[in-house]
Amino acid sequence: MYTFSNRLKIGAIVLMALGVVGMGVGFVTVPSTPEEARNMVAAHDDGHGDSHAEEGEHPAAASEHPAEDAGHAAASGHDAAHDEHLMHQLQNRPWSAVYVAAFFFFMIALGVLAFYAIQRAAQAGWSPLLFRVMEGITAYLVPGGIIMFVLLILSVMHFNHMFVWMDSEVVAEDALLQGKAGYLDPTFFLIRAAIFLGGWILYREVSRRLSLAQDEADDNRNFVKNFRWAAGFLVFYLVTESMMSWDWIMSIDPHWFSTLFGWYIFAGMMVSGITVIAIITIYLKSKGYLPDVNDSHIHDLAKFMFGFSIFWTYLWFSQFMLIWYANIPEEVTYFVTRIEDYNLPFFGMVAMNFVFPLLLLMNSDYKRINWFVVMAGIVILAGHYVDVFNMVMPGTVGDQWSIGIPEFGAVCFFAGIFILWVFRALTKVPLQPKRNPFIEESRHFHY
Amino acid sequence: MASHYEAPIRKPLVIGDKNYHDVSVDIAAPIEGRANRQWWIVFSIALAALLWGIGAIIYTISTGIGTWGLNKTVNWAWDITNFVWWVGIGHAGTLISAVLLLFRQKWRMAINRSAEAMTIFSVIQAGLFPIIHMGRPWLAYWVVPIPNQFGSLWVNFNSPLLWDVFAISTYLSVSLVFWWTGLLPDFAMIRDRAVKPFQKKIYGLVSFGWTGRAKDWQRFEEVSLVLAGLATPLVLSVHTIVSFDFATSVIPGWHTTIFPPYFVAGAIFSGFAMVQTLLIIMRKVCSLEAYITVQHIELMNIVIMVTGSIVGCAYITELFIAWYSGVEYEQYAFLNRATGPYWWAYLLMMSCNVVSPQVMWFKKIRTSIVISFVISIVVNIGMWFERFVIIVTSLHRDYLPSSWTMFSPTFVDIGIFIGTIGFFFVLFLLYARTFPVIAQAEVKSILKSSGSKYKKLRDAGQPLYQMPTEIAPAREVEVAEVTKPEETAKVGDLLSKLGTFDPDTDKADDLKKVKGIGPKMEQTLNQIGIYTFAQVSRMTDTEYRMLDEITGAFPGRAQRDDWAGQAMKLNKKS
Repeated sequence: MYTFSNRLKIGAIVLMALGVVGMGVGFVTVPSTPEEARNMVAAHDDGHGDSHAEEGEHPAAASEHPAEDAGHAAASGHDAAHDEHLMHQLQNRPWSAVYVAAFFFFMIALGVLAFYAIQRAAQAGWSPLLFRVMEGITAYLVPGGIIMFVLLILSVMHFNHMFVWMDSEVVAEDALLQGKAGYLDPTFFLIRAAIFLGGWILYREVSRRLSLAQDEADDNRNFVKNFRWAAGFLVFYLVTESMMSWDWIMSIDPHWFSTLFGWYIFAGMMVSGITVIAIITIYLKSKGYLPDVNDSHIHDLAKFMFGFSIFWTYLWFSQFMLIWYANIPEEVTYFVTRIEDYNLPFFGMVAMNFVFPLLLLMNSDYKRINWFVVMAGIVILAGHYVDVFNMVMPGTVGDQWSIGIPEFGAVCFFAGIFILWVFRALTKVPLQPKRNPFIEESRHFHY
Repeated sequence: MASHYEAPIRKPLVIGDKNYHDVSVDIAAPIEGRANRQWWIVFSIALAALLWGIGAIIYTISTGIGTWGLNKTVNWAWDITNFVWWVGIGHAGTLISAVLLLFRQKWRMAINRSAEAMTIFSVIQAGLFPIIHMGRPWLAYWVVPIPNQFGSLWVNFNSPLLWDVFAISTYLSVSLVFWWTGLLPDFAMIRDRAVKPFQKKIYGLVSFGWTGRAKDWQRFEEVSLVLAGLATPLVLSVHTIVSFDFATSVIPGWHTTIFPPYFVAGAIFSGFAMVQTLLIIMRKVCSLEAYITVQHIELMNIVIMVTGSIVGCAYITELFIAWYSGVEYEQYAFLNRATGPYWWAYLLMMSCNVVSPQVMWFKKIRTSIVISFVISIVVNIGMWFERFVIIVTSLHRDYLPSSWTMFSPTFVDIGIFIGTIGFFFVLFLLYARTFPVIAQAEVKSILKSSGSKYKKLRDAGQPLYQMPTEIAPAREVEVAEVTKPEETAKVGDLLSKLGTFDPDTDKADDLKKVKGIGPKMEQTLNQIGIYTFAQVSRMTDTEYRMLDEITGAFPGRAQRDDWAGQAMKLNKKS
């Protein structure tokens, strides 16, 4: 049995407290009037050099904000409409920071769930030793899912302007959005979200129950049932994951569309999920809780991190290159704004998500070195956070982005909950399944 | 690699209590035997189709591309449809040998050789189309960036059609190398078994002097792994690049970002269907049911089902996004597919690709060989129509209604397609008679963990190998008398060369220790007067022939098993 170390628990609580403070600062400092927003941006520009040097970020477009805002009518500079738009962007920032972090951690848990289901459906012989770790991580689906759902409800209730299509005034002026109103309907949106979350959580709970029941059983009935549930879940997941990505991420830029988008999100989700499995496994092993896990298991996880990083890059490049190549105006604005306003994060994340893992995890000896895998994993996780950031922020805060207190606060807060919840779930049952039919294979696993 | 331990709930992959020798014999049988009448009939049909196709190609090139059904609007149709279809089929081979290797799927071992052969042969078919669909194919070498006398006139690297050139040629070469490396130990096995000198020479040449030393095997494994690691991104990128031919365009129905992974999924889908079609026949014709089991068929069906579902999901995504985009051209493109003049092709594609693999959810169906065979053909038809629908329905009605038109193929279009099918089968049929169709070295590597014989031993708690317990005691030997007088001369002849056995001074050996000599054969040999290893070790080709004449059983057996060589070793030991 695993016991939650006090140091880790306190660390998680401290993270959450810091996060609450950071997020609070974010919400308190938003402007409430257009004039205030204009002044804030002006002041921000004056202090440009200092503030950005600290953050280590240099958004090239920050000082030339007025006319660059593609797709909007603000061509006449500092008029009232622009100021109001600016105010909305600044007001969105703390919300988006929370949303990005909430989605990022939720996505990790969901990615782990998909990986877990694949392992079960594929009858993998190497991974059963890690099932309890995966089940521990997917425990976060419940709180993470609830938080996501609450955030979506708050958006529908107009606490923020992240999803412009939820604003009936905007829709009234926009023929394109009217055309999509059949799908982008707030009520239907929430119903869909409830179905997705319900289905995922249901599978997680059922699978966990069967997995624990298998330990006590004297036949393989629960194992077979779990196999069937995994296959069924994967079908459900294939469909709902795509729709979730259209709903929760793609509709932030409601004029833009890409058929690949759902699978692109999937790849990011898988690689982050597997990375977290590897990191937590290494942590637990270093504390002596997973005696049978050997470096071959770590090697396999690192191979998956490597493979899915490349798969993610493949999808990222396919989506980017095809839109760049054809250069059709209605699609290409998506990347135009990102390259102009988010140059460093946009290309930086490709380096973090592709170049780093490619170079670090190519060597098979390195994939067996724990600290090496952890280092690569941290780069990958940071890279995928930036990936989500790049997908959400341009549609909500535009060129008024930065990575500062609200963003760090939100990440700290959700990291805190994640650690607290996941490790609490890990303390519930022994970390090694007892009677999985493949457990012997997994224990002997050597590659 | 993983140890010999395997979870008891895994089903055996080699059934019928095979040991290592049986594997060699079974796999070598089609090569060592002679082709039967059916083979010649099928081969002739395929050859006729090939010749017909060659005729159609010559006619196209000498007369002009106008002999095809293309028109000014639909300028790609059967040519590129067939191209993409064949490339797609070619993907399963690399997938089975590379991706399944990376995922340590032991069941791939019985099917990878044929799947790779299928890859090579179908990529060759695919490779024809980019050349013959050119207006001036004799200038095809211009696509290669070679310095030239036109002031080094260069190619434009921005065209996906040029990427295709690199993709397909790299793919073919890497697949060929990967396949051939895997063949080395198997060719060596055929070489070592060969009776006819010509056969021995040929297989000696193609096996590159493989001797199977530990160091060779270690490097062999490493190379396979590296090539698998390279082939996997290659296989993804090749079909991705093929999909770029369409996706980079601005044609509604073509320009969509999902094409790269969706074409790859479709390629795996159609490729596995083709492997299924071929292997279901092959296991029957070549009597390989013990290696390509129902479980293999079931697993391939599952892959077909999974990739079919992914393809189905992509169809739905495309439909949804077409509506969601609000782009009327995009919306019309899909409306046209469903309700336009080619609705039947769209319906066929949807029903074959989306509906038919879903029946595989039922275990009864996916373990039925007949239904699997039917579905695998249905899938291939559906995937042909998928490419046809994507290409033709997007072209024949796009932005300008004044350029809307129809497409219908001519007999030349059809003839070339039939010709490639013929060519494919000519190659495949020749392959099936001359190549070891199952990677015996790989199957032997899983025999102890997954062979039913060894699984049974393990389940019974017995060791997988038992040392022979008693050393055969020096037996009381009676020198048997040769009964048939006409054979006496021959026997005397043989014994004069091998040396006679004197029961008073010599000791009889246990001849059964020689591989290929069973109790029955030992008895026969004893009757002739052969009792010792020393005698057997003196046998050469002449003696083998004499022995065959006397016994009349298993001609060539003694030579193939190299009794003399074995006996020499045994003689030294005893």
